[in-house]
Amino acid sequence: MTTLAFASILIMSAMGYFIGRRRSLAIVNGERYRLHSRPVYHGAFVALWIGIPTTLFVLLWLLFQYSVIDSLLIGSMSADLTEGRSGEQVQLILNEVKSIAAGNFFNIPSPEIQDLANTYNALVAKFRWMLVASAIVIAAAILLFTLSRISDSFRARQGVEKVLDGVMIGCSLIAILTTLGIVVSLVVESLRFFSKVPFYEFLFGLNWEPQIPIREGQVAAEGAFGAIPVFTGTLLIAGISLLVAVPIGLLAAIYLTQYAKSRLRAFIKPLLEFLAGVPTVVYGFFAVLVVAPAMKEWGAGIGLDIAPNSAIAAGAVMGIMLIPFVSSLSDDAISAVPQSLTDSSLGLGATKGETILNILLPAALPGIIGGILLAASRAIGETMIVVMAAGLIATLTLNPFEAVTTVTVQIVTLLIGDTAFDNPKTLSAFALGLLLFIVTLFLNVIALRIVQKYREKYD
Amino acid sequence: MTDILDKIDSKALHDWNSPENRRRVQKRYARDRLLKIAGLTAIGLAVLLLGILVTSLLYSARSAVTQSMVELEYFIDPAKVSRDAPERGSYRSIVKKAVLTHYPEVTNRRQQRKIVKILSGGVSYLVRDHVVANPDVMGKTISLKLPLSDPFDQLNKGVIRRDLPENQRRVSDKEIAWFDVMVKKDLIHNPINWGLIFNNDSRRPEVAGLRGAIVGSFYILLVCFLISFPVGIAAAVYLEEFARKSRMNDIIEVNINNLAAVPSVVFGLLGLAVFLGFFGLPRSAPLVGGMVLSLMTLPTIIIAARAALKAVPPSIREAALGMGASRHQVIQHHVLPLAMPGILTGTIIGLAQALGETAPLLLIGMNAFITSDPGSIMEPATALPTQIYSWADSPERGFTSRTSAAIIVLLGFLVIMNTVAIILRQKFEKKW
Repeated sequence: MTTLAFASILIMSAMGYFIGRRRSLAIVNGERYRLHSRPVYHGAFVALWIGIPTTLFVLLWLLFQYSVIDSLLIGSMSADLTEGRSGEQVQLILNEVKSIAAGNFFNIPSPEIQDLANTYNALVAKFRWMLVASAIVIAAAILLFTLSRISDSFRARQGVEKVLDGVMIGCSLIAILTTLGIVVSLVVESLRFFSKVPFYEFLFGLNWEPQIPIREGQVAAEGAFGAIPVFTGTLLIAGISLLVAVPIGLLAAIYLTQYAKSRLRAFIKPLLEFLAGVPTVVYGFFAVLVVAPAMKEWGAGIGLDIAPNSAIAAGAVMGIMLIPFVSSLSDDAISAVPQSLTDSSLGLGATKGETILNILLPAALPGIIGGILLAASRAIGETMIVVMAAGLIATLTLNPFEAVTTVTVQIVTLLIGDTAFDNPKTLSAFALGLLLFIVTLFLNVIALRIVQKYREKYD
Repeated sequence: MTDILDKIDSKALHDWNSPENRRRVQKRYARDRLLKIAGLTAIGLAVLLLGILVTSLLYSARSAVTQSMVELEYFIDPAKVSRDAPERGSYRSIVKKAVLTHYPEVTNRRQQRKIVKILSGGVSYLVRDHVVANPDVMGKTISLKLPLSDPFDQLNKGVIRRDLPENQRRVSDKEIAWFDVMVKKDLIHNPINWGLIFNNDSRRPEVAGLRGAIVGSFYILLVCFLISFPVGIAAAVYLEEFARKSRMNDIIEVNINNLAAVPSVVFGLLGLAVFLGFFGLPRSAPLVGGMVLSLMTLPTIIIAARAALKAVPPSIREAALGMGASRHQVIQHHVLPLAMPGILTGTIIGLAQALGETAPLLLIGMNAFITSDPGSIMEPATALPTQIYSWADSPERGFTSRTSAAIIVLLGFLVIMNTVAIILRQKFEKKW
């Protein structure tokens, strides 16, 4: 039915376009030069004015339709059904009515509930028809009004361009709305979490066992929400990945920009780009399939006990993922150093290596550090590799051969298959998400600042 | 000044051929070579790791390229299948009979049941589907090639080795002997495994396929494209062509750059809290997946589109303005068409990223177990990367090779998309 509503908007807009265009031509008896705006703009003016407000109307209607139906249904409940019941209990009845209305029931419902279910279905059907009908009425009203404005001196083009301006500004604001949406949803859910679990316990607690008692007074089911072991696990894995990615990526960038012949560059660059384009779920599977078993075997060979989901396996694979990222950012930083600096160093008799180590790298250092910070932010926020290859249990350790868990692993495992937002277990995922968002944002802002400041120096 | 010069032994300083100096120069160049070798080693390591990644996936996927099938004669007994409702019939017994005709000597019921298990448990459904699709086979004997169960599939492909001691493999000597009866009668075939692409998901690896995931990913990308492409172009045109330097526009710019670096799992949290929690949209729906991914793709498209718009030289705009076009007309008629190849390239690259994105889809429930492909963007679905994640988590051996094969399918799609983007860029991009 919503499809029908949108289809009717589309049809009405298209109709408006053709009618508006013909109307403008008819007014001037086909003598186009007498029109202020070309007929196309008259048509577009009508179509836009029909399409945009009606679409907004339908979207708003859909947004509020179900809450209006709910309150109407509660209003129609007989007094003995709602008498002396709390809002939550009424909500339960409502849910029962809805599931029966959808045709899912296990035992035969009471006649009262069955009646309500029928009322509900009737209401929903009625609202659907009302939606389509009112969308068409609104569109028709706008059509008549805009047609009445068409005349030879009507500035239709300006009208259309103003609407387009508005649409474009609205589209640019979506980026801000997204950020706002992220911040608001994370903060709201986190505040609900912190009303159940104290803030300092979350930030400084040493125990992370996000369980909730399934029934009242259950033994040993008190959840613990101290996130320190989760943080250390995240930092450990991110640290290992940077230890892998930074030397390899940086040296590769140095070689590619300074030593490599152009043919080798033309061969290596696409390979690195391919490495960068591989989805992280693939790296995760690679870690499980190859790297973790290989490390376990290697560890057993030299007498080390390496867990199958050790931090070092997850970190190493994440490092592989970050190599092209570090290398391309270092490449940019090195290429941005003016040629005159390296030329003068070489002219003074320094070897190429000395020029790179003493002139080029110090000059490119801010850019490289910015790149490393961005890589660190990626490593902290990376999800699939650790979900598949790291552990689930939070242990407070810095031993890379043991299994640790990370913030992103906890977010995913806490929220998979769980939709109830009323217990600290699911809410804690949002608190972790808020923290993750703040930390990565902080790293990104600093990194972008460093990179920008440094660029200004040489431009 | 002169004091200092006097103190220096000028001969030693200028004698470039003295042994010390030679050694020093050699040492300096040795260090240069060391750096070069280190760089080469780093590149070699990166290439080696890429090679290991690709070859290990290909090696692991090789046994999923084919699927062992057994060709049997199934008698569609009218006594067991009703003519009016062919979907309800005891197909299990039809399959049992078809298998056991090859083993007349086995009468023990438990052993018979074990023999039937050489075939996939999904075979009776496949026979049913065949009969439902062709009702005229009723009462006739039909010959069908249908999949073996996972252990025997692995045995046939040599993944389960026959020379291992019996207690170390999943099939017993007796089962192998039964299996060899079929091999000897030339009933076992090993054709290309098209089911991997055209079947829907299943708990049984031998009949599980990617069809639902491919359709789901297609819907997700469609929604993502329909939202992020027009919105991205509109935002880029506004920021690049119309926006004056103001505080608000600075905020928008910084915002877009930062959004591009927000971890993907945070977008999943946004989708969960806002689209599912606040707006009450259905869980696991491609619509929601596409909406979440479009928010992630938007910064990529905006940044690419702005670069493409910037590359159009101002002379084009000035010429059009000089002819009396309005600013909107300049952009619609001249700037946008010229920038379109660049914008499309950026869009395809953004969509390729979206195709591989997993974490946000997991949070909105797109890892559900769904055995039919979604009919619309509102129905529950999975996507290729989430399907890979679910298969990677499955304990059955057969899923390991299928996960690798699914990854190769996904990488294939990504390579195609990126190739199209590169061709587009090289063919249509103008150099001014």
